[in-house]
Amino acid sequence: MAVKVIIPTPLRVYAAKKDSAEVSARTVGEALGGLTAQFAELRKHLFTDDGKLRSFVNVYLNDEDIRYMAKEATPVKDGDVVSIVPSIAGGSAASNNEIVEG
Amino acid sequence: MSDGFHLNISHDLAERIGRHGAEAFPHECCGALLGRDSAFDEAASADFRREVLELFPLVNRRDDSPRNRFAVTAEDVMEAEKAARQHGLHVVGWYHSHPDHPARPSQFDREHAWPWYSYIIVSVMSGEPAEMTSWRLNDDRQDYTPEGIEIRNRAAV
Repeated sequence: MAVKVIIPTPLRVYAAKKDSAEVSARTVGEALGGLTAQFAELRKHLFTDDGKLRSFVNVYLNDEDIRYMAKEATPVKDGDVVSIVPSIAGGSAASNNEIVEG
Repeated sequence: MSDGFHLNISHDLAERIGRHGAEAFPHECCGALLGRDSAFDEAASADFRREVLELFPLVNRRDDSPRNRFAVTAEDVMEAEKAARQHGLHVVGWYHSHPDHPARPSQFDREHAWPWYSYIIVSVMSGEPAEMTSWRLNDDRQDYTPEGIEIRNRAAV
Protein backbone atom coordinates (compact mmCIF):
# COMPACT_ATOMS: atom_id res chain seq x y z
CA MET A 1 0.00 0.00 0.00
CA ALA A 2 1.29 3.46 -0.84
CA VAL A 3 1.14 5.68 2.24
CA LYS A 4 2.45 9.13 3.04
CA VAL A 5 4.50 9.69 6.18
CA ILE A 6 4.60 13.22 7.56
CA ILE A 7 8.03 14.07 9.01
CA PRO A 8 8.00 16.52 11.97
CA THR A 9 9.93 19.78 11.56
CA PRO A 10 12.82 18.91 13.95
CA LEU A 11 13.61 15.74 11.99
CA ARG A 12 13.47 17.19 8.48
CA VAL A 13 17.18 18.01 8.56
CA TYR A 14 17.74 14.23 8.71
CA ALA A 15 15.39 13.63 5.78
CA ALA A 16 16.82 15.87 3.05
CA LYS A 17 14.58 18.68 4.44
CA LYS A 18 11.49 16.90 3.15
CA ASP A 19 8.21 17.31 5.06
CA SER A 20 6.89 13.93 3.95
CA ALA A 21 7.88 10.72 2.23
CA GLU A 22 5.96 8.11 0.23
CA VAL A 23 6.48 4.55 1.40
CA SER A 24 5.02 1.16 0.60
CA ALA A 25 3.71 -0.63 3.70
CA ARG A 26 1.05 -2.93 5.11
CA THR A 27 1.23 -1.60 8.67
CA VAL A 28 2.18 1.60 10.48
CA GLY A 29 5.34 -0.16 11.70
CA GLU A 30 6.32 -1.01 8.13
CA ALA A 31 5.67 2.57 7.08
CA LEU A 32 8.06 3.83 9.78
CA GLY A 33 10.54 1.15 8.76
CA GLY A 34 10.25 2.29 5.14
CA LEU A 35 10.92 5.87 6.22
CA THR A 36 14.05 5.01 8.21
CA ALA A 37 15.24 2.82 5.30
CA GLN A 38 15.11 5.95 3.12
CA PHE A 39 16.62 8.20 5.80
CA ALA A 40 18.79 6.15 8.16
CA GLU A 41 19.68 9.19 10.29
CA LEU A 42 16.07 9.38 11.48
CA ARG A 43 16.23 6.04 13.21
CA LYS A 44 17.91 7.01 16.47
CA HIS A 45 15.54 9.92 16.95
CA LEU A 46 12.43 7.78 16.49
CA PHE A 47 13.47 4.51 18.13
CA THR A 48 15.38 3.54 21.27
CA ASP A 49 18.45 1.29 21.03
CA ASP A 50 16.23 -1.76 21.51
CA GLY A 51 13.97 -0.75 18.65
CA LYS A 52 10.98 0.63 20.56
CA LEU A 53 9.34 3.88 19.54
CA ARG A 54 10.58 6.63 21.85
CA SER A 55 7.96 7.69 24.37
CA PHE A 56 7.85 11.28 23.07
CA VAL A 57 7.28 10.15 19.50
CA ASN A 58 3.56 10.07 18.77
CA VAL A 59 2.24 8.42 15.64
CA TYR A 60 -1.14 9.12 14.10
CA LEU A 61 -2.83 7.18 11.31
CA ASN A 62 -4.90 9.85 9.57
CA ASP A 63 -6.29 11.57 12.72
CA GLU A 64 -6.14 8.61 15.14
CA ASP A 65 -3.37 8.01 17.67
CA ILE A 66 -2.07 4.49 16.96
CA ARG A 67 -1.86 3.86 20.74
CA TYR A 68 -5.65 3.53 20.63
CA MET A 69 -5.52 1.16 17.67
CA ALA A 70 -3.17 -1.78 17.13
CA LYS A 71 -0.09 0.43 17.66
CA GLU A 72 2.62 -0.33 15.11
CA ALA A 73 0.68 -3.38 13.87
CA THR A 74 -2.19 -1.11 12.78
CA PRO A 75 -2.92 -1.93 9.12
CA VAL A 76 -2.74 0.82 6.52
CA LYS A 77 -4.43 1.20 3.17
CA ASP A 78 -3.61 3.07 -0.01
CA GLY A 79 -3.69 6.83 0.46
CA ASP A 80 -3.41 6.74 4.26
CA VAL A 81 -1.36 9.41 6.01
CA VAL A 82 0.92 8.47 8.90
CA SER A 83 1.97 11.51 10.95
CA ILE A 84 4.85 11.61 13.40
CA VAL A 85 4.10 14.24 16.05
CA PRO A 86 6.51 15.20 18.84
CA SER A 87 5.48 15.77 22.41
CA ILE A 88 7.75 17.84 24.59
CA ALA A 89 8.86 17.45 28.19
CA GLY A 90 11.58 18.59 30.49
CA GLY A 91 12.18 20.26 33.77
CA SER A 92 14.72 21.45 36.29
CA ALA A 93 17.14 19.28 38.23
CA ALA A 94 15.12 19.92 41.40
CA SER A 95 14.33 16.60 43.02
CA ASN A 96 10.84 15.94 44.28
CA ASN A 97 12.33 15.74 47.78
CA GLU A 98 13.38 19.39 47.73
CA ILE A 99 9.96 20.46 46.63
CA VAL A 100 7.53 21.01 49.46
CA GLU A 101 4.22 22.37 48.32
CA GLY A 102 2.79 25.35 50.20
CA MET B 1 24.81 20.53 12.03
CA SER B 2 27.82 22.38 13.34
CA ASP B 3 28.59 24.47 16.38
CA GLY B 4 27.99 28.18 16.61
CA PHE B 5 24.20 28.12 16.90
CA HIS B 6 22.60 31.52 17.26
CA LEU B 7 19.07 32.45 18.09
CA ASN B 8 17.74 35.91 17.48
CA ILE B 9 14.86 37.22 19.57
CA SER B 10 13.43 40.65 20.23
CA HIS B 11 13.76 42.28 23.63
CA ASP B 12 9.96 42.27 23.93
CA LEU B 13 9.59 38.52 23.34
CA ALA B 14 12.48 37.69 25.69
CA GLU B 15 10.76 39.77 28.35
CA ARG B 16 7.47 37.98 27.74
CA ILE B 17 9.15 34.61 28.34
CA GLY B 18 10.51 35.92 31.66
CA ARG B 19 7.09 37.28 32.61
CA HIS B 20 5.42 33.95 31.81
CA GLY B 21 7.98 32.28 34.09
CA ALA B 22 7.30 34.80 36.86
CA GLU B 23 3.52 34.39 36.54
CA ALA B 24 3.77 30.59 36.70
CA PHE B 25 6.24 30.65 39.64
CA PRO B 26 6.74 28.46 41.67
CA HIS B 27 5.57 26.20 38.85
CA GLU B 28 7.30 25.76 35.52
CA CYS B 29 5.89 27.59 32.53
CA CYS B 30 6.24 26.40 28.94
CA GLY B 31 5.45 27.52 25.44
CA ALA B 32 6.43 27.28 21.80
CA LEU B 33 8.86 29.53 19.93
CA LEU B 34 7.50 30.44 16.51
CA GLY B 35 9.90 31.76 13.97
CA ARG B 36 12.04 31.26 10.94
CA ASP B 37 15.00 29.08 10.24
CA SER B 38 17.14 29.56 7.18
CA ALA B 39 17.13 25.78 6.63
CA PHE B 40 13.49 26.09 5.55
CA ASP B 41 12.68 29.73 4.99
CA GLU B 42 13.91 31.68 2.05
CA ALA B 43 12.70 34.79 3.82
CA ALA B 44 14.93 34.32 6.85
CA SER B 45 17.43 37.12 6.95
CA ALA B 46 20.88 36.19 5.78
CA ASP B 47 22.91 37.20 8.81
CA PHE B 48 21.49 34.66 11.25
CA ARG B 49 20.05 31.25 10.82
CA ARG B 50 17.18 31.30 13.26
CA GLU B 51 14.91 33.95 14.67
CA VAL B 52 11.96 33.84 17.05
CA LEU B 53 9.15 36.13 15.93
CA GLU B 54 6.18 35.04 18.06
CA LEU B 55 5.42 33.02 21.18
CA PHE B 56 2.70 30.46 21.77
CA PRO B 57 2.34 30.14 25.57
CA LEU B 58 1.01 26.79 26.73
CA VAL B 59 -0.49 25.32 29.87
CA ASN B 60 1.93 23.06 31.72
CA ARG B 61 0.25 19.62 31.59
CA ARG B 62 2.32 18.22 34.46
CA ASP B 63 -0.11 19.11 37.22
CA ASP B 64 1.29 16.20 39.27
CA SER B 65 4.78 17.74 39.45
CA PRO B 66 4.60 21.28 38.07
CA ARG B 67 7.54 22.71 40.06
CA ASN B 68 10.21 20.62 38.36
CA ARG B 69 8.56 19.25 35.24
CA PHE B 70 6.72 20.51 32.22
CA ALA B 71 4.95 18.63 29.47
CA VAL B 72 3.48 19.61 26.13
CA THR B 73 1.15 17.04 24.60
CA ALA B 74 1.11 16.05 20.93
CA GLU B 75 -2.22 17.91 20.64
CA ASP B 76 -0.56 21.06 22.01
CA VAL B 77 2.29 20.62 19.54
CA MET B 78 -0.21 20.38 16.67
CA GLU B 79 -1.97 23.54 17.95
CA ALA B 80 1.37 25.36 18.11
CA GLU B 81 2.21 24.23 14.57
CA LYS B 82 -1.17 25.45 13.36
CA ALA B 83 -0.57 28.84 14.98
CA ALA B 84 2.89 28.96 13.39
CA ARG B 85 1.46 28.19 9.93
CA GLN B 86 -1.11 30.98 10.34
CA HIS B 87 1.81 33.41 10.85
CA GLY B 88 3.78 31.84 7.98
CA LEU B 89 6.29 30.56 10.55
CA HIS B 90 7.58 27.26 11.96
CA VAL B 91 7.78 25.98 15.52
CA VAL B 92 11.54 26.43 15.93
CA GLY B 93 11.74 25.51 19.61
CA TRP B 94 10.30 25.60 23.08
CA TYR B 95 10.78 27.61 26.24
CA HIS B 96 10.35 26.64 29.85
CA SER B 97 11.30 27.98 33.26
CA HIS B 98 13.40 26.53 36.06
CA PRO B 99 11.90 27.90 39.29
CA ASP B 100 14.68 28.60 41.84
CA HIS B 101 17.13 26.63 39.69
CA PRO B 102 19.80 27.66 37.22
CA ALA B 103 19.06 27.95 33.50
CA ARG B 104 20.90 24.72 32.68
CA PRO B 105 19.38 21.66 31.02
CA SER B 106 18.73 18.78 33.40
CA GLN B 107 19.31 15.10 32.70
CA PHE B 108 15.55 14.84 32.35
CA ASP B 109 15.57 17.61 29.75
CA ARG B 110 18.17 15.74 27.70
CA GLU B 111 16.41 12.39 27.79
CA HIS B 112 13.22 13.96 26.47
CA ALA B 113 14.60 16.46 24.00
CA TRP B 114 14.36 16.57 20.24
CA PRO B 115 17.21 17.58 17.99
CA TRP B 116 17.07 20.79 15.93
CA TYR B 117 14.64 22.63 18.25
CA SER B 118 15.96 25.53 20.31
CA TYR B 119 15.26 25.02 24.01
CA ILE B 120 15.16 28.33 25.88
CA ILE B 121 15.37 28.00 29.65
CA VAL B 122 14.68 30.95 31.93
CA SER B 123 15.70 30.72 35.54
CA VAL B 124 13.12 32.30 37.88
CA MET B 125 14.67 33.02 41.28
CA SER B 126 12.24 33.83 44.12
CA GLY B 127 9.63 34.77 41.53
CA GLU B 128 11.87 37.12 39.48
CA PRO B 129 13.11 36.22 35.97
CA ALA B 130 16.89 35.78 36.00
CA GLU B 131 19.30 34.24 33.50
CA MET B 132 18.01 33.07 30.12
CA THR B 133 19.89 30.49 28.05
CA SER B 134 19.18 28.48 24.92
CA TRP B 135 20.32 24.98 24.01
CA ARG B 136 20.24 22.48 21.20
CA LEU B 137 20.45 18.72 21.59
CA ASN B 138 23.45 17.25 19.80
CA ASP B 139 22.89 14.83 16.94
CA ASP B 140 24.19 11.96 19.09
CA ARG B 141 21.56 12.82 21.76
CA GLN B 142 24.29 12.69 24.44
CA ASP B 143 24.58 16.36 25.31
CA TYR B 144 23.47 19.90 24.59
CA THR B 145 25.29 22.65 22.78
CA PRO B 146 24.68 26.14 24.15
CA GLU B 147 23.07 28.44 21.63
CA GLY B 148 23.90 32.14 21.72
CA ILE B 149 20.86 34.36 22.25
CA GLU B 150 21.02 37.66 20.48
CA ILE B 151 18.44 40.04 21.86
CA ARG B 152 17.50 42.86 19.55
CA ASN B 153 15.26 45.80 20.12
CA ARG B 154 13.28 44.76 17.12
CA ALA B 155 13.33 41.42 15.37
CA ALA B 156 14.39 41.77 11.78
CA VAL B 157 11.50 40.48 9.69
